[in-house]
Amino acid sequence: MTLAPFVRHTGKCAALSRANVDTDQIIPKQFLKRVERTGFGPALFHDWRFREDGSENPEFELNQPDAAGATILIAGANFGCGSSREHAVWALAEYGFRAILAPSFADIFLANCCQNGVAAVRLSGDQIDDLVRRSRAGHGAYRLTIDLEAQRVTDEAGFHAAFTMEPYRREMLLRGLDEIGRTLLEEARITTFERSRV
Amino acid sequence: MTAPRTLFAKVWDAHVVHRFPEGPALLYVDLHLVHEVTSPQAFEGLRRAGRRVRRPEQTVATVDHNVPTGDRTLPLDDPIAAKQLDALAQNARAFGVELFDLASPQQGIVHVIGPELGLTQPGMVVVCGDSHTATHGAFGAFALGIGTSEVEHVLATQCLVLSKPRTMEARFTGRRSPGVTAKDLILALIGRIGTAGATGHVLEYTGEAISALSMEERMTVCNMSIEAGARAGMIAPDETTFAYLEGRSRAPGHRDWGRAVMTWRQLQSDPGAAYDCRVDLDAAAVAPQVTWGTNPGMVTDITGYVPNPDDFATADERQAVERALAYMALTPGTPLAGLPIERVFVGSCTNARIEDLRAAAQVARGRKVASGVRAMVVPGSQRVKAQGEREGLDRVFLEAGFEWRNAGCSMCLGMNADVLRRGERCASTSNRNFEGRQGAGGRTHLMSPAMAAAAAVAGRLVDVREWEVGSA
Repeated sequence: MTLAPFVRHTGKCAALSRANVDTDQIIPKQFLKRVERTGFGPALFHDWRFREDGSENPEFELNQPDAAGATILIAGANFGCGSSREHAVWALAEYGFRAILAPSFADIFLANCCQNGVAAVRLSGDQIDDLVRRSRAGHGAYRLTIDLEAQRVTDEAGFHAAFTMEPYRREMLLRGLDEIGRTLLEEARITTFERSRV
Repeated sequence: MTAPRTLFAKVWDAHVVHRFPEGPALLYVDLHLVHEVTSPQAFEGLRRAGRRVRRPEQTVATVDHNVPTGDRTLPLDDPIAAKQLDALAQNARAFGVELFDLASPQQGIVHVIGPELGLTQPGMVVVCGDSHTATHGAFGAFALGIGTSEVEHVLATQCLVLSKPRTMEARFTGRRSPGVTAKDLILALIGRIGTAGATGHVLEYTGEAISALSMEERMTVCNMSIEAGARAGMIAPDETTFAYLEGRSRAPGHRDWGRAVMTWRQLQSDPGAAYDCRVDLDAAAVAPQVTWGTNPGMVTDITGYVPNPDDFATADERQAVERALAYMALTPGTPLAGLPIERVFVGSCTNARIEDLRAAAQVARGRKVASGVRAMVVPGSQRVKAQGEREGLDRVFLEAGFEWRNAGCSMCLGMNADVLRRGERCASTSNRNFEGRQGAGGRTHLMSPAMAAAAAVAGRLVDVREWEVGSA
């Protein structure tokens, strides 16, 4: 699958300030029966976003008017823990998120983000807290820029944070690489390896 | 002389096909397990790119996540689930992959049937689009859950691109007390290190309390490695492992057996091998565990109490505990023993093997499920179910008022009709107590099979150690 490269992105923010958000919350199981990669956005955070009667829950962070049109999610530690379901990333991406900032991510979720061109960026807990405050104070006007080339997150009011990302993942995102195509360039090595084991 | 290596390092080193200049390795996959929920998009990707499955003979599929566990002679009443099952059947046919479908006597939860058939073997790299793939690490395999894009990658290349994880030794010293199970050991560990405690690491479980475990108990421990955040969990293979595997249909046959065991014996961490970190747990001090919150790290002894948010150190923790208690409808200071329940689930890739069912049956034998409680037993595979029926466990459960169902993931994740209703409280042998996991608004307490069976009979959470079991 070829992806749009992620080099630099400026966008509105939404904050979901709680730790250990699991992929069952991001996309509940009743929506996992689709055989396509699409159609998951409307069910993102379903059980938090909607009340029992199907109406929007006005309390939920992403339902606040300020969060409308956000493309960057500021999240808590261990984001994306639990089930390996890639549907969680498909849902986040389809909803409109291009990047997620958090103090830490679960391993499988992090890999799934990279496979879908979503930048999962680790910042310190203090930096995330600072961003949550700035985002709330900005009332929907707050924008961040994520520069993956320079590995830096900035706003227009002096926030500046450097981050690191595994070089392989960064390269994949920057170039929108098809990982399978890339691995198949090593086809001869795979064949040699298989022969050596017989 | 080579430097001493851990079990994980040995398995890793033996599977590196190539190291990319940017760091990660191209790792060869011996066994790829496939199920209906995380594979359709991967097969579709292959189709669009005109690619084939590189090693269909190293790929095995089954249906487990969304299958009904009731009467299998009836057509599926969920058309979307039926479409997903059909998609896997079509994909398996088109790409030449072996499939254990609903009609197969070998159908079951992917992590139950892999070991049961002898497909899972020491020293392998095993992957599956499911986080509980860690289960197979009980054999000394490096087994990890992957996303659907990676499933497609493995189908196409038989390899996975992966940065080498760090290692963590979880050493369980001492001996378990009676009534304390493998489930309690792993829950106690998760309670200690937290749900992100092993992120980025492969856990190796060591120590006398681990060596003393049966294979099925080891699988329970490794299964929940992901609940500690780990990439995988591993236990070094030993005589227990070899005895379990010998004679299984897909394990090495008589002619190759001796050589296989000789190779497997090398799969021990060398004396002096360095782990990146270590945690020690005294198995003798572990009591039966029960979760009170909305992640598996929110766990305590059955003799314990619902905690008070004020007792937690950070504002984030206090907020998380408050949220969890509100969701679980629990008040701080309430004893966990005595908490009334309406539902009981004995099942899942964590605790639905024959020994689990025997343990639950031993408690249920000659007793009755409390009035107002709905209790179900969902064997991990159709073979486990058949074995249970040969032993008469089905009659024990049915006479006690439990439902005896067909194999599948069932109410562990509630993708099929087996779900909690809003507000129902459930004693469950599964692995996740996340909000809504077993059904929107459902409240899950994780525990061992014996504890869950005892809860079914009592109608409330109880300490199984206070019960006389096994007399009948």
